[in-house]
Amino acid sequence: MSLLEVVDLRKSIDGTEILKGIDLSIIKGDVAAVLGPSGAGKTTLLKCLNYLEKADSGYMKFEGETFGMNRITREQIAFVRRKTAFVFQNYNLFLNKTVLANVTLGLTAGLKMKKDAAVKTAMEALDRVGMADRADSYPNQLSGGQQQRVAIARGLASDPEIIFFDEPTSALDPELIGEVLAVIKKLADEGRTMIVVTHEMDFAKNVSNRVIFMDEGRIIEEAVSEKFFANPKEQRSRDFINSIIAK
Amino acid sequence: MDDRLIQIIIDAFPQLLQAFFATTVPLTILSFILAGVISVVAAMILYANVPVLKTICRFYIWVIRGTPLLVQLYLVFFGLPSLDIYIDAFPAAVLVFGLNEGAYMAESMRAALESVPKGQLEAGYCVRLNYIQIMWHIVLPQAYRIAFPSLSNSLISMLKGTSLAASITVMDMFRQGQVINGRVYESLALYSEVAVIYLAFCTLLTWLQHLGEKKLSTYGGVR
Ligand SMILES: Nc1ncnc2c1ncn2[C@@H]1O[C@H](COP(=O)(O)OP(=O)(O)OP(=O)(O)O)[C@@H](O)[C@H]1O
Ligand SMILES: [Mg+2]
Repeated sequence: MSLLEVVDLRKSIDGTEILKGIDLSIIKGDVAAVLGPSGAGKTTLLKCLNYLEKADSGYMKFEGETFGMNRITREQIAFVRRKTAFVFQNYNLFLNKTVLANVTLGLTAGLKMKKDAAVKTAMEALDRVGMADRADSYPNQLSGGQQQRVAIARGLASDPEIIFFDEPTSALDPELIGEVLAVIKKLADEGRTMIVVTHEMDFAKNVSNRVIFMDEGRIIEEAVSEKFFANPKEQRSRDFINSIIAK
Repeated sequence: MDDRLIQIIIDAFPQLLQAFFATTVPLTILSFILAGVISVVAAMILYANVPVLKTICRFYIWVIRGTPLLVQLYLVFFGLPSLDIYIDAFPAAVLVFGLNEGAYMAESMRAALESVPKGQLEAGYCVRLNYIQIMWHIVLPQAYRIAFPSLSNSLISMLKGTSLAASITVMDMFRQGQVINGRVYESLALYSEVAVIYLAFCTLLTWLQHLGEKKLSTYGGVR
């Protein structure tokens, strides 16, 4: 049974349709790489899934519960956000908080955890991304790669069912990409369910088990990773793969 | 300088200082607190784009910034009694200074709020914070640091600006100077003395501002 199922998700911004009917099914343990050219709607899709953006129509099933994408209560939003985590391209760490406080804030203020328990949970999460020794630093004192690992720890701390990554390495200097991908790969090996928007083809090939290729607001092709790269069905997928290889 | 002039200056000093601490300082502090509250509320309304309230804020800022402070003082103190609204000079001054500076501070507060990257709000929602929690834990602390220099400038300009209250009979330091001058007719000496006292305290505030800016400008030592 799928953990997350999206049916006919549609979204327009200023009269232009950005998502033109997305159907998607994610099984527990899936690591789905979302590929596609700039403007395909990848970010918008992820943001609709945890209600950072409100879709116009469609629904999703999450752990067997059905949610309309455009009509939704506060409790439903809270339910989805409790079960998901989001890692942004630009990390979006809270700049006025230490590394530790970045992770604990969502646990204490968001999940009403006790301070001690939150600190313990946060330190465990930081340890898993190799940032426990920088708990007292401020985001500005860290490299991009370190900031992104903290952001992953912040998402991980609440033990989400599924983690959304929106181009987690796109803002990084090339030499820092590896450390972040290594953390994501570790999570994949642990069986975390993840949807990863990425331009890292090696990652999509070797870490993800599925590829979702999007263009112009639609899912053009969905396939097992090896198949997608070895033998893409759609012309647009082929063009995309070629254009990436050409770079 | 002759001895008489020196004696006048020396005699005036404690009286001026007394008026400064008894009236100018409380007037400045109370007005600044009022301005602070008004500006934060107005800035948050503008920032959150609350319908109706937003229009009211815009109107308030437009009116205040488009009219002279002295005229506002006269309106409240001399004008409102015609509508059977009587406000004593001191509270009237607090009200006008608070409303006036609040309008200017609201704009800088709003700009400071806007300057906090929106991505941090999204991240806040993702870790299950609500709007109030995001504002309280993330946006306001950062905005406050950004706005600090302009807020301290407001405080300094307010300290000087309170001298206008003399025109509606508030016994502040400037008016005390006028009263003394009314007895001795030494305008140059007395108003210079008044000016020097303002200058001394503004310098002190500016120095404190720099100290505060140094302390506040960074999170963890690195920009
Ligand atoms: N707030 C907005 N207002 C107007 N148009 C928007 C807005 N957000 C996104 N769009 C448009 O929606 C389309 C999809 O945007 P989206 O950011 O989801 O693409 P993407 O696949 O994530 O691209 P990229 O690889 O560049 O991140 C783009 O054409 C973009 O211009
Ligand atoms: Mg994007």
